[in-house]
Amino acid sequence: MAEAFIYDAVRTPRGKGKKDGSLHEITPLQLAAQVLKAVPERLDIDKAEVEDVAFGCVSPVGEQGAVITRTAILEAGYPIETAGIQVNRFCGSGLEATNIAAAKVMSGECEMAMGGGVESMSRVPMGSDGGAMISDPEAAFDAYFVPQGISADLIATKYGFSRDDVDAYAVESHKRATQAWDEGRFDKSILPVKDVMGVEILAKDETIRPKTDMQALGALNPSFAMLGQNFGFNDVAKLKYPEVEEINHIHHAGNSSGIVDGAAAVLLGSKSAGERLDIKPRARIVSMASIGSEPTIMLTGPEVAAQKALKTAGMASTDIDLYELNEAFAAVVLRFMQAMDVDHGIMNVNGGAIAMGHPLGATGAMILGTMVDELERADKETALVTLCIGGGMGIATIIERV
Amino acid sequence: MTDYTTFSVDVDGDGIALLKIDVPDQGMNVIDEALMKDLPAFIDEFVSDDRYKGLVIASGRDNAFMAGADLRMLEQQSGVLDRDAFEAGMTLNRAFRKLETGGHTDREIQREGKKAKPVAVALEGLALGGGLELALAGHYRVAADSPKVKLGLPEVLVGLLPGGGGTQRVPRLAGLQNAAQLITSGANLDVKKAKAQNIIDEIVEPGRTIEAAKAWVKDHVETGTLQPWDVKGFKVPGGAGAMNPKAVQFFAAANAMALAKSKDNFPAIKAIMSCLYEGTQLTMTKAVEVETKYFLSLFADPVAQNMIRTLFVNKQAAEKGAGRPDGIEPIEIKKVGVLGAGLMGSGIAHVTAKAGMQVVSLDRTDEDAQKSIDYSRKILDKRVKRGKMTQEKADAFLARITPTSNYDDLKDVDLIIEAVFERPDVKADVIRKTEAVIGEDVIFASNTSTLPIGGLAENSKRPENFIGLHFFSPVERMPLLEIIPHEGTGERALAAAFDYNRKIRKTPIVVRDVRGFFTNQVFPPYVNEASLMVTEGVSPALIENSALNMGLPIGPLAVTDDTTLKLGYDIMRSTQEEMGEAYVPSGTEEFMENMVTKWDRAGRRFGAGFYDYDESGKRLGLWKGMADHYPLRDDQPSQEEVQQRLMYALLVPSARTYADGVVPDPQSADLGAIFGLGFPPWTGGPMSYIDTIGVGAFVANADMLAQRHGARFTPPQRLRDMAERGETIYGGAPRAHTQGALDRMLEADVVKIANGLGIAASLDDRKAETVRKILQAQQSKKAA
Repeated sequence: MAEAFIYDAVRTPRGKGKKDGSLHEITPLQLAAQVLKAVPERLDIDKAEVEDVAFGCVSPVGEQGAVITRTAILEAGYPIETAGIQVNRFCGSGLEATNIAAAKVMSGECEMAMGGGVESMSRVPMGSDGGAMISDPEAAFDAYFVPQGISADLIATKYGFSRDDVDAYAVESHKRATQAWDEGRFDKSILPVKDVMGVEILAKDETIRPKTDMQALGALNPSFAMLGQNFGFNDVAKLKYPEVEEINHIHHAGNSSGIVDGAAAVLLGSKSAGERLDIKPRARIVSMASIGSEPTIMLTGPEVAAQKALKTAGMASTDIDLYELNEAFAAVVLRFMQAMDVDHGIMNVNGGAIAMGHPLGATGAMILGTMVDELERADKETALVTLCIGGGMGIATIIERV
Repeated sequence: MTDYTTFSVDVDGDGIALLKIDVPDQGMNVIDEALMKDLPAFIDEFVSDDRYKGLVIASGRDNAFMAGADLRMLEQQSGVLDRDAFEAGMTLNRAFRKLETGGHTDREIQREGKKAKPVAVALEGLALGGGLELALAGHYRVAADSPKVKLGLPEVLVGLLPGGGGTQRVPRLAGLQNAAQLITSGANLDVKKAKAQNIIDEIVEPGRTIEAAKAWVKDHVETGTLQPWDVKGFKVPGGAGAMNPKAVQFFAAANAMALAKSKDNFPAIKAIMSCLYEGTQLTMTKAVEVETKYFLSLFADPVAQNMIRTLFVNKQAAEKGAGRPDGIEPIEIKKVGVLGAGLMGSGIAHVTAKAGMQVVSLDRTDEDAQKSIDYSRKILDKRVKRGKMTQEKADAFLARITPTSNYDDLKDVDLIIEAVFERPDVKADVIRKTEAVIGEDVIFASNTSTLPIGGLAENSKRPENFIGLHFFSPVERMPLLEIIPHEGTGERALAAAFDYNRKIRKTPIVVRDVRGFFTNQVFPPYVNEASLMVTEGVSPALIENSALNMGLPIGPLAVTDDTTLKLGYDIMRSTQEEMGEAYVPSGTEEFMENMVTKWDRAGRRFGAGFYDYDESGKRLGLWKGMADHYPLRDDQPSQEEVQQRLMYALLVPSARTYADGVVPDPQSADLGAIFGLGFPPWTGGPMSYIDTIGVGAFVANADMLAQRHGARFTPPQRLRDMAERGETIYGGAPRAHTQGALDRMLEADVVKIANGLGIAASLDDRKAETVRKILQAQQSKKAA
């Protein structure tokens, strides 16, 4: 089987996902098209070299509907021959899309394929696509679904993380993101977004608060207490987790991922394609894994996915130099580090979604790109990128610098 | 015109028919087999015969419009799910649909503008279940402005859903939220609320509903009419469907709330939510078909059958006096002497006065006797404050209770109930003093919970008049009454107990005079099992939630706190003393002693127990200090293991009371456990539960638990014998297990069922796999 290499990765800065966010006026079509356009142009290769594009998008309705990827390919000036698919694996969509692109290269279907994702959460709000999972009683009663925030609080309760633990983690995320920006660690992959006139509208992640401290976070009320207590979700969770006496609600807007707009693209190709086009591979895909896990606690999939990817690669968790786990909720990362015995010093070294936001369909591709940059900058060899996923799933990809 | 036996039809000069329902041989109008035959036939005639221009449906009875379906008819349902069953199940829905469409198809209505003849319904009394569903199939509902008119869909209370269009027409009139509230709770609406929710259209003075209904029909004869949902562009009020944000939000929360409340033990709740979700996205014609399919699927699950049997058929039979001796004239009880004005005595006085009887409440001093008045006043004040009772009625209620310390005041009572201190000498004293005053044929009942009735009766000059009436605390809320005749109790005393009970409307069971009667033979082993698990290092939260998730109303540790560990400890000590060498230790002796005497955790009343409490007695949380004495095991058992131990700690002693004849029949054990102990009602009671998993599986699991945890789980020989003979407790051949039933069962039970079918399943297999194998084995057995 062929090997898949990462040739380039770009991402937009993440704009606050509200009506006053800088990217709110930019359509998801434009966000996707701008990153799609940038990659071949940066590498100075013909867009026709990209045979297929997979983009993650979690609310694929309205202006994100009808296979946004294909629409964006045409908008970005690709030849009509380039195909497009829209991928939805909830929060893992962006990484799933790059894994699909990698798999297409590995299987020999494509010489070059693009992965990535787009989400304008300010324009197409979360949940816009409805879904049987939360509304159809047959699904809700069979799987005991609860909102993710309840799952995150359940993780914290079950595995013993306090409000101080999660808040301290959040403070560190902002600190690291601030430092990463200050030192220009994202420079290689950031693609400033342009408006209708072609003028730059956002060049930096918009939600980082360098001054965030324990005191500021301590003032925030837990976000999911009312939902859990008044709408029965805590009792639903306890149907499956009877060992929990009461769920301790500790997550809030300050220690959960931010709602933002953004897009990312990652170009994958075979070794021979790179040689033919005279472009240098930056990293190799070592292994990939997607798994299902218990859907009520929902967000403990990363450790299972990581273990599977490690096993496929014949590696141990200690063989990984850098870990990147999407900061959906602070407790998710704390639990992963606890379960996998991973030191915070090599986890999310440049901050994460608590500081910079989580544009659902794009995040996986964004943090994969972050790891490509960081391996080069820090002169490290291997990185494991993973995300927790709605409905009880997990995804992981291991890469190696070349 | 055909002759109908269940209603009369009169057509007036305008061609408007008045259909008055009067179902013979039924206490109230119900949908029985006769009406099921008549109604569709008349509807066919009405829509096709031009003589009829419109219709008013009313009741020919004073007591109600219609009380719903005859559950005895539904109990006969086979549970088979096939096309024929569906066609038969659609009878009523098709008839109702025909009535509201005038027999026109959706296409004829939409494309050709066809309309229906107007149908209005006049509601002077209650309309429940199928009665309300019939009313909803009319185009216009007029209700009398009267507290007699109560509207509701109570099917969920016996594990069913309203299968006559109720789950479809209510949300289309009232919106999803009101519909879910009405249908999943089974509660009634009064006229005003029903009007506010669009469930009725007009309120008039009592006695004028037919007139008003006729007027509306007359106005619509010319134009014809349609239900709102048959008019183009109709939208469910508040929205419906998975793309409507409001509906999505509603279902996300309502599903969770229904799940949290039902703990997923009631298939009807889920089926109702599914009917609301799926049905409101369809045309009415399709929607009632889906509703019928869900309705029929509930009969394929033992939950509905068990609930109907115990909570309706057997409960009603018991309350009507199934256990009352034949041939004894009704004994009129107008005045009752209640001895002792403590918690129990006051409660008994309260329910007796509530039933309209006079009460003489006697205690040692006038001041003590006054406590029964205070007890009732507290309850009544609350009702008055909430507007549920007038001050005059409350005053009259209290006037029926006469507190006294003078035994002479008991001289003209018809019944004595003693609830004095649980000491034989104290009881002997009041028996003597009372019998000196009361009439010779007055029945003397004791509310003792620990002393043998026969022993107390030895103090009586007239032991044939002596009987036990065991109430539960708080008396006004707890629905069970144990009636305990001792060996010498006469038939008249037993009859009197039933006649008194009919007035206070408890659910009675007759129990033999043995220690603990029924409930206190079953309850202690259950709470002991929970305590034992705590001492083994099982997480107390896991124990509590496992019980709650199984459908118990309260965790075993919380209920132990409520009844107090002190009480358990005292009973244990006195039993030890009494039985001497014959005492069989429960294994909790040392633990109880520690809790009560060393750690100051004697129960809620004492401020601490398994839980911590604040000063007002509010439960705060489980006592963390327990882990210092009994460290939590690293390998906690699964929820299933905990549930199995708790469940079998209830099942085995229940089965023993049945096997030993402590209760006369399985019905009594089922009723006693549900209404006395809070045994999960979805099971139909412990005996129904055993029948549902099969006596063989029960015996096999009890044996396994006995081996693992102790002889207390050993099943009684009688059930062992039944298992060998392949018998069921309620008679008849064992039924095949359905997927829904197997899914709901404890995995250990499922494994034993599989083993019984010759499948080599174990707890290590996936439960879903074992279930699949059982279904497959049953299928091939049936085919062979």
